[in-house]
Amino acid sequence: MSEYKSGSNLEKVLKAGHFAFTGECGPPTGANVEHLREKAGHLKGCVDAVNVTDNQTAVVRMSSWAASLILLQDGIEPNFQMVCRDRNRLAIQSDILGVSSHGIRNMLCLSGDHQKFGNHPEAKNVFDIDSTQLIYTVKTMRDEGKFLNGQDVDVPPKLFIGAASNPFAEPFDFRVHRLAKKIAAGADFIQTQCIYNMDRFRRFMKMAVDMGLHEKCYILAGVTPMKSVGMARYMGKSVPGMDVPDSLIKRLKGAGKGKVAEEGIKYALEQIEEFREMEGVAGVHLMAIEWEHKVPEIAERAGMLPRPVV
Amino acid sequence: MIVAEPKPVKEILEMVQDSKKVLTIGCKGCVTVCNVGGAKEVGVLASTIRIARKKLGIPIEVDEFLLERQCDPEYIDEVKEIIGQYDSVISIACGVGPQFLSERYPETRIFPGVNTQFMGGAVEHGVWSERCAGCGQCVIHLFGGVCPIARCSKSLLNGPCGGSDHGKCEISKDVDCVWDIIVRKMMEQDRMDELLEFKPPKSWTTARDGGPRKMIREELVK
Amino acid sequence: MKKVLPENVKVIQVPCTGRIEILHLLKPFEEGADGVYVAGCQGDSCQYMEGISKASKRVAHVKKVLQEIDIDPERIEVFELSASRGGRFVDVAYEMTERLEALGPIL
Repeated sequence: MSEYKSGSNLEKVLKAGHFAFTGECGPPTGANVEHLREKAGHLKGCVDAVNVTDNQTAVVRMSSWAASLILLQDGIEPNFQMVCRDRNRLAIQSDILGVSSHGIRNMLCLSGDHQKFGNHPEAKNVFDIDSTQLIYTVKTMRDEGKFLNGQDVDVPPKLFIGAASNPFAEPFDFRVHRLAKKIAAGADFIQTQCIYNMDRFRRFMKMAVDMGLHEKCYILAGVTPMKSVGMARYMGKSVPGMDVPDSLIKRLKGAGKGKVAEEGIKYALEQIEEFREMEGVAGVHLMAIEWEHKVPEIAERAGMLPRPVV
Repeated sequence: MIVAEPKPVKEILEMVQDSKKVLTIGCKGCVTVCNVGGAKEVGVLASTIRIARKKLGIPIEVDEFLLERQCDPEYIDEVKEIIGQYDSVISIACGVGPQFLSERYPETRIFPGVNTQFMGGAVEHGVWSERCAGCGQCVIHLFGGVCPIARCSKSLLNGPCGGSDHGKCEISKDVDCVWDIIVRKMMEQDRMDELLEFKPPKSWTTARDGGPRKMIREELVK
Repeated sequence: MKKVLPENVKVIQVPCTGRIEILHLLKPFEEGADGVYVAGCQGDSCQYMEGISKASKRVAHVKKVLQEIDIDPERIEVFELSASRGGRFVDVAYEMTERLEALGPIL
């Protein structure tokens, strides 16, 4: 269909005006196909697409394109991720052609956590291009049929281009402009960092809507249910760019022993409810990392099931 | 200037373990300014080696010398009469020094006594910070006079990334997020439109990625 | 109260401990000393304001250097004294010599 940029399920769902629901799955730290299939299997039918991370936190895992291919073979639509930390523009353009040729139709363009965080801190930094330039690269290859050097791509790739947005990093006022920059470079959809500070996010969305960004690009709000008080504290203190309000930590504490995870899910469900009504939000991206088996329950309780078929 | 840090003494002692007579050569250039390779440091290193070897019961003769610079052949020439008598030479100039000495005196074993790190300047007394990565295509004026190639951990040209945390880089609280600095500066200067301009991928051909570099001034070449 | 310095302590006078360079602290070890100590003003009443604090930093640096070459860093020390307390000046000398006797000679 020429009206679609890629024809991916996610694109179709969003274009048809449905509230999108995406999930996430991290590849294994080995060629452990069984484990990957099992994890991803929980998400099948519950989400419109599944993000497949790329050496997340600079820890070596099965490559995103390979894991994405396995998901595709299992009838699950992958959202292939690529970071700029590990590849130069030759490998990047080459992989873009590679994934597209295998039928992968969504691509999330990220900078990538610095290798200092990961398990190979001695590695060389690549960062030949940055995430905004990566968005531009995919767009140029797809819509103009050209490589970065201006030469023709003989068959352009078909990819729905995604990018990440962190509404909570400083300086706050600039964040919405950075988002606008990524959209101008060619982002078709955005997934935000997981949100806990709803107040701040509301302000961010208002700015985004005032700038008309929601009309140029589909914005999906990130949600990660808190499993424990420890997790809430850790995320607030140790994960860069994360804003966890004290009120949430208090609420989780108040839930009582053994009931914190349920409270965390309740909070997430309330968030999803509000996002459905929030102007400019086109969907939710649920990151239930290493909690994939909970996704069907959360999807059900959030009223996300069944997923639309377009 | 070029900023270096001293090599661990143990490493240097290992380098000269088979030597009985060593020359330590300092440099009055950059390494003097960052207090790792000047006259004082030559004296301290020489003394330290002597003390260490005395304790080990394997005495060593360590002589001391200071050159104006170790990156010009005229100055490297100054040690030509004396260098032959040494088993090895420790140069505490930046990485250029020991290499120039090696090229000029191929029969002598030359050891580097410092680890050369970056091009930068003093931000406070005793603290030097990286400012330039030598990319060969300076565009700091596009970023409010600040270099994102050298000072951003990811060398982003369209930064910041999502890891910027209260003005600090995700890699460490001791590292400023340079994009935070750039954005604030340019917003203050009312240059938002420049900030929002898409910066295309950089050509790294003029950087070290393009291969070892030479700079030639035609009008000076004989 | 002891009134005479131990025989094996050699005193080198300087106008201010701030003038002592790292090399001055290393040279005695080169010449065969088993230990070195710096005696200067107390931090809050340093005659030249920062002299003793500079000296302290340099002694700390030399401790690290000694450690790197497998010499006990306790062989160098800095003591802050009031200029008027002559008795303490002698006490400190004994403190250091006793410490070094316990450590034994370097060689």
